[in-house]
Amino acid sequence: MDYLNTIVQGVLLGGLYALYAAGLSLIFGVMRLINLAHGDLIVLAAFVLLAMVSALGLPLPVALLILLPFAFALGWGLQRFLLNRTLGDDILLPLLVTFGLQILIQNGLLVAFSADSRKLSLGALETQSVNLLGLSVGLVPLITFAVAVVVLGALSYIFYGTGLGRRLRATSDSTEVVQLMGVNPRVIFAIAMGISFVVLTIAAFFMGVRSNFDPSVGPARLLYAFEAVVIGGLGSLWGTLAGGIILGVAQAIGARINPEWQILAGHLVFLVFIIVRPRGLFPKQ
Amino acid sequence: MSSPQPAAAPEPATGRYRVRVATRTAKAFWLVAIVIIAVLVFAPAFASRPMLQDLILVFLLASLALCWNLMAGYAGLISVGQQAFVGLGGYALFALIIVGGFDPLLSIPVAALIVALLSIPVGTLVFRMQGAYFAVVTWVVAEVFRLLLAQWRELGGGTGTSLPRSATNDMIGLDFVAELFGVRSAAAREIIIYWAALFTVVLVVGGCYYLLRSRVGLALRAIKDGEVAAQSVGVSTTRIKFAIYLFAAFCAGLVGAIYFLQTSRISPDAAFSLLDWTAYIIFIVVIGGLATIEGPIIGAILFVLLRNTLSGYGPWYLIVLGVLGIGVMLLAPKGIWGNFSQWTGIHLFPTRRRIEIVSQASKDAR
Repeated sequence: MDYLNTIVQGVLLGGLYALYAAGLSLIFGVMRLINLAHGDLIVLAAFVLLAMVSALGLPLPVALLILLPFAFALGWGLQRFLLNRTLGDDILLPLLVTFGLQILIQNGLLVAFSADSRKLSLGALETQSVNLLGLSVGLVPLITFAVAVVVLGALSYIFYGTGLGRRLRATSDSTEVVQLMGVNPRVIFAIAMGISFVVLTIAAFFMGVRSNFDPSVGPARLLYAFEAVVIGGLGSLWGTLAGGIILGVAQAIGARINPEWQILAGHLVFLVFIIVRPRGLFPKQ
Repeated sequence: MSSPQPAAAPEPATGRYRVRVATRTAKAFWLVAIVIIAVLVFAPAFASRPMLQDLILVFLLASLALCWNLMAGYAGLISVGQQAFVGLGGYALFALIIVGGFDPLLSIPVAALIVALLSIPVGTLVFRMQGAYFAVVTWVVAEVFRLLLAQWRELGGGTGTSLPRSATNDMIGLDFVAELFGVRSAAAREIIIYWAALFTVVLVVGGCYYLLRSRVGLALRAIKDGEVAAQSVGVSTTRIKFAIYLFAAFCAGLVGAIYFLQTSRISPDAAFSLLDWTAYIIFIVVIGGLATIEGPIIGAILFVLLRNTLSGYGPWYLIVLGVLGIGVMLLAPKGIWGNFSQWTGIHLFPTRRRIEIVSQASKDAR
């Protein structure tokens, strides 16, 4: 019973990791770029939500809804004006520029918000729980998981059910050929980054509600997201959910054995996956 | 090594052209280099202690930067996890001294060898991923080592530990150096560490230069121009990359052992710091000039100067470094030395092969 509880908690934690990973997976899939600042951008979004709540007195969910279009615009602009300039045959430049962004965001947040640990609050909702299979499960983790499924479903729909999705997939297959069809890959890349920013802002909301955060926690989020993406299979959206769940369960079981082993257990399971299934559970093609 | 080697001339029999690597400036620079090294060896006789400490840092950072540059600039291996090997070097040294009771000075090369041995299974693992994935996996591995060593209670667990005074006070050569320079044992210890750091940077510069001028250098250039094409003419790309990865791990272990012997204190967060051992190193290489030997050395000197003047500004200092780094990458990706070299045509460590028409041959042809 106790172990069942651990596994359920792990699965729900996996929902949060899938949210971290969804935006990264999208960027991976479309432009073969690893955004090393992804985790720090999540933390940045959480701090912006915090500032909106405390400065404007908005309820947290309203703040999130207002922030989403701005997040899209920021992602679009970042890709359009900075990251598009780094794309080419060499993967070194985009990696190093996003690595530099990571340093900028972390230290910018330190200047603006200090190193104190913060949290986003949803009020009474946070302490509520529901009865599931005879287990008492927190409402917020459950909502997180449900939102992760909805977000992945929406991304899946955009990818496989819309004209934009067709252009995104075609660009992913070949940036040269789509140009013959009148598609500008740079515009597509900017849209993809915009969508990625929307998703990471949603992830920031749930990260901030579920746990404390400070300017230094971004890189760990990036690693969880990356691990979920690789375990699930590069470029596979539903695989990302599976990867997040495996990572979440591994961490939950590790933490049960010894609280200090939570993160380590997740990393070790990931490394085992690299040895056994380097292409992940659901590889593309 | 100073003689101009007509390395691997394809058709020496015809005598119409030859392949040269050396340049006239580079040959003259050898003399200057020998003088510089000699001055640096005797620096403890006249330099102040803060000066020596800065030089130790320059040597160690330059060594790491040269190795990172060898991997990223020549072998296409972008690692953001070299802190794994720096940290392991430091921890191996502390384990040898505290647990094993070995002499600190002798422990340095042993620690580096342990790191090189460990890098074989680690390399086998991370080489399963390529390109950008390789980069992030090296980082995960470094995190794993940080978390694992935080569990080693004998070495202080998560908070870390210090070297016992008794161990550092009877290091080999300490009395000799103390007497030679007429200094106390703390200063003498620093002088020995200074020499170890100097030895490391000379080893790394020499190693890189030798490697890039050898057949391996030619193979690396072929890999960079086109990996598949290089394989098709018989270059064993994975083996060469792995060998470079091993060399970089060994050097990082050496740096970690020397650095943490000097600070006499280690903790998992300091030993496996992404900022100290990877972010700064990347900045140094990018500013100095990627894919050159001169660049990382210049970058390291500049970095230590910047650090001394700006580090009081805390996060603002890092913001400045970040903006500078991104700016250079986008606007002047060749860095200081790359641009200087392109502008003046000066190469102090030439590694590129040039074809020279031999004048004698052209006369014969008439």
